[in-house]
Amino acid sequence: MSDTPITRAAEATPPVMARKIKGLSDRAIAWIFVAPTIFLLLAINIFPLIWTINLSFTNFRANRLNREVEYVGLRNYERILTDTDIWLNMQATAHFLFWTIFFQVLIGFTLAWLINRKFKGNDLWTTIIVLPMMLSPAVVGNFWKFLYQPQIGLFNYIVAFFTGKDPSSFEMLGSVDLAPWSIVIVDTWMWTPFVMLICLAGLRSIPDYIYEAAEIDRASKLRQFFTITIPMVLPFLMLAVLFRGIENFKMFDLVVQLTGGGPGSTTELTSINLKREAFEKWRTGYASAYAIILFVTVFGLASIYVKALNRVKER
Amino acid sequence: MKFSKLTTVSALSLAAAGMSSAAQAEELTLCWAAWDPANALVELSKEFEAESGHTMSFEFIPWPNFADRMLNELNSGGKLCDLLIGDSQWIGGGAENGHYVKLNDFFDAESISMGDFADATVYAYSTWPKGTPNYYALPAMGDANGWFYRKDWFARDDIKAAFKEATGRDLAEPTTQKELLETAQFFQGREIDGQTVYGAAIFTERGSEGITMGVTSALYPWGFKYENTPGEYDMEGAVNSPEAVEALEFYKEFYETATPPGYTNSYMGESLDAFKSGQVAMAMNWFAFFPGLYADPNTGGEKIDFFVNPPQNQAGSTLGGQGISVVAYSDKQDAALEYIKWFANPEVQQKWWDLGGYSAHKAVLESPEFVDSAPFAGDFLEAMGAVQDFWQEPAYAELLLAMQKRVHDYVVADQGTAQEALDKLIEDWTETFEDEGKL
Repeated sequence: MSDTPITRAAEATPPVMARKIKGLSDRAIAWIFVAPTIFLLLAINIFPLIWTINLSFTNFRANRLNREVEYVGLRNYERILTDTDIWLNMQATAHFLFWTIFFQVLIGFTLAWLINRKFKGNDLWTTIIVLPMMLSPAVVGNFWKFLYQPQIGLFNYIVAFFTGKDPSSFEMLGSVDLAPWSIVIVDTWMWTPFVMLICLAGLRSIPDYIYEAAEIDRASKLRQFFTITIPMVLPFLMLAVLFRGIENFKMFDLVVQLTGGGPGSTTELTSINLKREAFEKWRTGYASAYAIILFVTVFGLASIYVKALNRVKER
Repeated sequence: MKFSKLTTVSALSLAAAGMSSAAQAEELTLCWAAWDPANALVELSKEFEAESGHTMSFEFIPWPNFADRMLNELNSGGKLCDLLIGDSQWIGGGAENGHYVKLNDFFDAESISMGDFADATVYAYSTWPKGTPNYYALPAMGDANGWFYRKDWFARDDIKAAFKEATGRDLAEPTTQKELLETAQFFQGREIDGQTVYGAAIFTERGSEGITMGVTSALYPWGFKYENTPGEYDMEGAVNSPEAVEALEFYKEFYETATPPGYTNSYMGESLDAFKSGQVAMAMNWFAFFPGLYADPNTGGEKIDFFVNPPQNQAGSTLGGQGISVVAYSDKQDAALEYIKWFANPEVQQKWWDLGGYSAHKAVLESPEFVDSAPFAGDFLEAMGAVQDFWQEPAYAELLLAMQKRVHDYVVADQGTAQEALDKLIEDWTETFEDEGKL
């Protein structure tokens, strides 16, 4: 064998792993690496889901392990779907979702649009605006609880100043009409910056030359806004809506701190209600059925939404 | 040789004795809620440590999380607590789910008689099924819901005159529920020393048990019953009786016309804050807080006095308080039982009362000095004579949360009528008892 350059190159090339570990093909090695992840996925996601589906057909209670578990068929599902109180919780959740997303998108986009215009100190303003979302929801809940206090709360005094009402004449957290809005206000205050940041990223991704071309074509600013800015930011906006929608569907801590679900059950969102059923009343089977119904609802809505998002992105 | 043998045997004996005493000395953990009496118990337990050689550590959970935290601990078979001072409502679940050690044999062996403790506390804190001689706890902390008021305001001539003019009677501790409301309404929005004050702080909390404990303070004096026949779960006509409807309407009127603005979700802490900040003339709260209230430098001492929950159709107070149980999952049950034995001692019980805990031992309660031993002692005795407790069923949490929802919907959220609220409550409770196989 002569010492040719090809031989030297072959000797310098590290051998393929499969050749080193005898008896293992590339596919087997790939499985070895992927298997732990698949196992974790099965253990953490798939198995609990299947187990939850199984429990949803039983009268199991996690705090009564010595009690006989009976399969009750679809009774849990039937009870949930015919329970008017649960539909009211769903309604409260839908109200909360719709209005928080509406205000957060509207204000978040407006702020992003303003911040995106070059002016002195816009970085400082961005930092200030972003501060609320960095706080813990529990802290924010307590903080706003004081602001809403009818006797000493700043919020009531500000409203009273502009309306001429007595500050203690209205209760943001104690009134059936105002309590849902008080939560919308706090969530909007806290999470609008998140939407703003996403919109800002969208706005900054639009190349300047598109606007320059529009200027050359003498397109008005308004036309540029509706034909360039909005369509190009739309995928980002839709992503923001998806993120906020999923987050707000699970909203728990902020509402618990502010109203505890009250007054009555006015602000009892499905997440709070589900927690009560599962970990306070300990109706595990019933709560499992409840969780499955919510899962199917969210999964269905999210799938439709993601399809729409993909279509917008393809345009 | 003999000397050497003797030395060896002696050394071995000493070592064995030392090892045996080391094995017996345990570190016990006692779990309870974080409040004033818990601090008194820490102080009291120092004597137990000195006497027994065991050391005590404490796990005190804030009240709003107490039930969640402790019931999770029990349900998961946790070993955190060797001793637990658990709420009276937990006794059914504690017994049926095997969380608590049954204490009958221990009581018999140690000659601890339940007859030495106040009957109401034994019934409420220790027995399951109710009223049977099956004991799962020793009465540890007697408690009931009571009232306190601004004695200094009640004593002022200008206020007394205004009250007389407004109501036609003298301003004094209310003797009926209706007088209580009338007095609270008199103070509502009144200006005293340049500050607007309000009638009374009552319980309206939604999340745990607050509003139920408040509402039952009105329901019991009106004659509310959970069942027509004890043990039969026949609630129709009892839970929603005309008296119960009237009492619930009364509580709603109280909330709407005689409480400070913003007290829509208030419980123990909010009641104390309202009183200590000089916002209210009266407040409801558990007797457990009364020693601390009396000691308060601003609103305690001569400025405060106490009264038992006033009767209406009958006497009735909402039961608080707890028994002390040995947790079945503890590895140190013997040492935990030693603590119970020590705690049941009448002398220890007297010290417990002196430190601010509420003893349920008859030797303390029936002592001639007891009534004058604190400004609230007589009221405490009177309250404990007419206490009623919520369901103590294993499914108590489900029953409690149903009541929380129904009464908060009506009282605070102003939805529906009192009759509808109680009718719906029966529906909820019926479903629970059906699931439990009791109906």
